[in-house]
Amino acid sequence: MLDKGTFRRRALRHPSLVAGGAMVLLMVMSAVLSLFWSPYPVGDIDIPNKLASPSAAHWLGTDSLGRDIGSLLLVGSQNSLLVGFIAVGIGLGVGVPLGLLASARRGWVEEVIMRTADFTFAFPALLSAIMLTAIYGPGLVVSIVAIGIFNIPVFARISRGAANAVWARDYTAAARAAGQGPLAITLAHVLPNIASVLIVQSTIQFAIAILAEAALSYLGLGTQPPQPSWGRMLNEAQSQMFQAPMLAVYPGAAIALAVLGLNLLGDGLRDVLDPRLARQRSA
Amino acid sequence: MPLFVLTRLLSFVLTLLATSVVVFAVLELLPGNAAQVILGETATPESIAAMEDKLGLNQPAASRYLSWMGGMLQGQTGQSISYDTPTAHLMAERMQVTLPLAVMAMGLTVALSLALGLYAASQQNKAGDVGVMTLSQLGLALPNFWLAILLILLFAVHLEWVSAGGFPGWSEDDGGGIWQGIKALLLPAMALAAVQTAILTRVTRSAVLDTLREDFVRTARAKGLSRRQVLWGHVLRNAMIPVLTVMGLQFGNLITSAIVIENVFVLPGIGRLIFQAIANRDLIVVRDVVMLLAALVILINFFIDLLYAWIDPRLKAGHAG
Repeated sequence: MLDKGTFRRRALRHPSLVAGGAMVLLMVMSAVLSLFWSPYPVGDIDIPNKLASPSAAHWLGTDSLGRDIGSLLLVGSQNSLLVGFIAVGIGLGVGVPLGLLASARRGWVEEVIMRTADFTFAFPALLSAIMLTAIYGPGLVVSIVAIGIFNIPVFARISRGAANAVWARDYTAAARAAGQGPLAITLAHVLPNIASVLIVQSTIQFAIAILAEAALSYLGLGTQPPQPSWGRMLNEAQSQMFQAPMLAVYPGAAIALAVLGLNLLGDGLRDVLDPRLARQRSA
Repeated sequence: MPLFVLTRLLSFVLTLLATSVVVFAVLELLPGNAAQVILGETATPESIAAMEDKLGLNQPAASRYLSWMGGMLQGQTGQSISYDTPTAHLMAERMQVTLPLAVMAMGLTVALSLALGLYAASQQNKAGDVGVMTLSQLGLALPNFWLAILLILLFAVHLEWVSAGGFPGWSEDDGGGIWQGIKALLLPAMALAAVQTAILTRVTRSAVLDTLREDFVRTARAKGLSRRQVLWGHVLRNAMIPVLTVMGLQFGNLITSAIVIENVFVLPGIGRLIFQAIANRDLIVVRDVVMLLAALVILINFFIDLLYAWIDPRLKAGHAG
């Protein structure tokens, strides 16, 4: 890991990191803001004002129930962030320990963990999410869990690969010679050295989680009403496409901006935290 | 049969077997039992008992698993509850939409990505490269179902060139036909291909650049081959390995993304089938479609593995373990 000064200097010189960081910050701030305030309460139905064009009162207009689009978008960001955080949290919380265990123990433990990861990987994530919602009923929790399960093998693989490289270094050999056990070495040497890889992967998986939740919600299998969600807004907008085409534009743009921001942030972080990886990637 | 093919075949069969056990087990572990879920909260005990009987739930799980698997392998599948036809019939019918859609999308993806990736690599760090990479960054961020909606807005609502969805069928007797069918699948295939192209273009570009730095490329140039000859004869073939790996993963993604895209365009494919089956709580259809799609993905990965060996004979030795 880098010291703070170096990180700041490199980060500010990196355009995609600055742009991505700003977009992600904007999203986090709108989610936080919407917890306390939104232009209109999202539950406010105002049928006489339905499908209104943008105006001073409703900057982005209203939907088929007369709800303020701007407010729905603002509150919808909570949902996407929540899904991203928990799904990535599941991946980190379960996948990383498994990957580290595989790397520290090697042998059959590694074999079993990695073959299981391979197998989970072969099974399409969206398909398992659909199967789970078919059985347990649609809803936010089921979709978060389904997306999170898919993150476990991703993080297990990546942390095992990165950890194996650390275990091959001289300083871990020295720590072993000094009598430290595998757990102590993992915590003191391996984890800090693979942290940057994990941070970068987390931003990527965060973006994937937002996309997956939006797709599930679009199908009606994810977030349920009345909680606003960008994916479901798109579903509702599609039936009004001939009367109010712009309704189908805003929520998609919100998803795309969030994902673009996270991807740019991930790319930037990778370049700044680990210049060696950056060289390989741009090569 | 060479050892390599045998070991790949074995792992293919084992993966399929494990998948089928997981799919079966997930339905076994569901809260209450399948009959309850299918009939809903309000069902009477008698109707639940009748459904349990129909589903064979009173037999042990192992024998039900065996008869399900045996049936699937012979094409003798269970009856769909909501359609009252064998699921194999439903799936075969719906695949006539999904498979052409996936193939069209994959064809578009491969053609565009190879062209764009090679172009970007040849223009490394120049304006053309930066342009392609910026486009692909944007493509990665687009939810494919949103792109699908935007395509409908542009081509169906605004320009009125195509209809906003639906599928006329392949047969001319029903008012459809080959051209009508392809036309109806064109926008969905474009929506599916866009994101995949963004990914594959990046992979192609970096694989080509990596290969260009290899010693054998310099040797080939030194012995007097032209840039073009080296690019097609040496570079592309060697760059294909990472490209193929990603293509294999992408075909799986395409098949599952088709579930969403078919619903945007109201196409009567396998994705629409599973979606309606969920709405109808037709667990038999859900189970069989999930198994079919998973099997397809595993089968494709198996073929990709075999293709590697054909492209790079070195892998035969290394991969066997």
